[in-house]
Amino acid sequence: MPKRVSKSRKPKLDSEVKEKLKSVGIEMTPETRSATFLLIDQDVKTISSFYKGVEILSIKDALEKYEWLQDYFWRAVSKDQDEYTREVEADYNGYFIRALPNAKIEFPVEACLYLRSPKKQKVHNLIIAEENSELNVISGCTSHPGVAGMHLGITEYYVKKNAKLTFTMIHSWEHKIEVRPRSVAVIEDNGIFISNYILMNPVKLVQMYPTAYLEGRNAKAVFSSIIVALENSIVDSGSRAVLKGENSSAEILSRTISKGGIVYAKGHIIGEAPNTKGHLECRGLMLSEKGVIHAIPELEAKYPNVDLSHEAAIGKIAEEEIFYLMSRGLSRDEATAAIIRGFMDVDIKGLPEYLKKEIDKAIEMVEKELF
Amino acid sequence: MLLKTQKGLKLTFEHLNMDMLRVVNLGVRVDSKKILEHVNLYLQKGQTYALFGPNGSGKSSLLMTIIGNPAFKVFDGRIMFKGKDITNLPTDERVKMGMAMSFQNPPRVSGVKLIDVLRYCAKIGGYSERDILEFAEMLKMKDFLYRNVNVGFSGGEVKRSELLQLMLMNPDFVMLDEPDSGVDLDNVALIGDVINKLLERDKDEDERKRSGLIITHQGHILEYVDADYGVILYKGRIACIGNPYDILEQISKNGYEGCLKRCLREFRNLENQNSIQK
Repeated sequence: MPKRVSKSRKPKLDSEVKEKLKSVGIEMTPETRSATFLLIDQDVKTISSFYKGVEILSIKDALEKYEWLQDYFWRAVSKDQDEYTREVEADYNGYFIRALPNAKIEFPVEACLYLRSPKKQKVHNLIIAEENSELNVISGCTSHPGVAGMHLGITEYYVKKNAKLTFTMIHSWEHKIEVRPRSVAVIEDNGIFISNYILMNPVKLVQMYPTAYLEGRNAKAVFSSIIVALENSIVDSGSRAVLKGENSSAEILSRTISKGGIVYAKGHIIGEAPNTKGHLECRGLMLSEKGVIHAIPELEAKYPNVDLSHEAAIGKIAEEEIFYLMSRGLSRDEATAAIIRGFMDVDIKGLPEYLKKEIDKAIEMVEKELF
Repeated sequence: MLLKTQKGLKLTFEHLNMDMLRVVNLGVRVDSKKILEHVNLYLQKGQTYALFGPNGSGKSSLLMTIIGNPAFKVFDGRIMFKGKDITNLPTDERVKMGMAMSFQNPPRVSGVKLIDVLRYCAKIGGYSERDILEFAEMLKMKDFLYRNVNVGFSGGEVKRSELLQLMLMNPDFVMLDEPDSGVDLDNVALIGDVINKLLERDKDEDERKRSGLIITHQGHILEYVDADYGVILYKGRIACIGNPYDILEQISKNGYEGCLKRCLREFRNLENQNSIQK
């Protein structure tokens, strides 16, 4: 078992870049992270692992090192899914993160994809949580101030038997960036996949539909997303769970705020096996007269013995609630902020405390955008 | 006459300082519907008032208007609190001046935890985190601190949560909208105790500085809290002021109509004394 997978290359980063990295949870310190990875445009800038048990490589090095990776590469996501996957296949870089069998990695691995020059960033990532392992990944994706461009990101996740993978993605883009992630998770027996997504700041377009295939018995997936769409932003984002294993279950939670932006909040749960269970919860908050929230929850049963449900609600902040908090001494703005914070406070079960803090930090930053 | 001597001058100011709240010729509408008109009410420091009235008479509306709910539009008159015109002040400013109100049916605010709200209240009242826990213990609300405020609370839990918030706000003027409705018998005494503390009813009469205005439909709470005055609000106007226990007795014997007839005869003078010149 390698203690250190790769030598640390000390990155030379200007403060502007560092600031942006921080805003998406990237700290680059062994005190709080188990491994770190930084990709600027198509070039790997930093890669190091601080813990044995977690392996981190550039995807190209990994493919060279492990022949067996061919069995995983382009297995979950299809090369021919669309023009963007084809584009990534032609030219890509990215990370390979792997928790070795039985490794319980307490600190998160951080991976940052940074778009610096005005062109396309094409990424293909692979994450494997081997049997009985526990792995947390924080993925921060951001772009250089003022840059226009496109981020295409393929990510394939493999959660093996009894493994648990928590993947937290924090997006912070700019007005002229188009983002098209394509990600699929495959979860084996008793595996748990928790995906958290936070979108802050304006973006030209985000279009994605991450999907989990719950292949194993008792496999479990939880998708939570907090999306804030500011003016001129279009966010077309959903989560899909395909319940193929007996007793597998999925929960999809989304909190969507439009302050002038357009959001398609989608969710899709497909029950195909006995005793599968799925719940979809979509809540939207309209903060401005401009903007659209279009919630599209879908349930699909392909087997009799399934239990699928959904609830969707969109509204504005209730004046009654603002007034109630004002009667406890909060100003109108403070009361509104408290209610919005409460709205975004998705209670994600099984989330480690420090990750909760990361998400809280991200939410605080979202709040700054809203006032 | 009183202004003649130094002592007299002091007396006059003492008198002026007795002011807690003056509602002067108040007219209120919600949307286009008038719900209060020509309401005059003078509440003194250290006194507790029970506000009676049939359903729909405007009791809650009056409290909502005093605390500044923007849905209740003042089209006439004004509200003076501690000598200052607060008619156009936002609610949080009024609260910072020392008024507080418990709601009959407070909204559920999902995502906002009771402890968060209590911390805001304690900030107003100058209490510490430890005080929060102490008061929560007293009101049997410790298990609710990390629950979303009012979400899934029973009727009695809502009332205890409201009183807990008010205790921490340390207010000079307390308005309670049906503090005893939905409270089971085991807890009415506790609620009564807390209200007595809140209104300094446990202190000697001349040490009391706080004032209370309590809406009570049934009057149960008056078995535990001794009010100084009773006020009847009828069809959007103050119809009667007097001894709260006499009023309560009349209402239960003769209903509001009967009580008001009697009131017109017996309490007319009192009302004139209490209402101020327009």
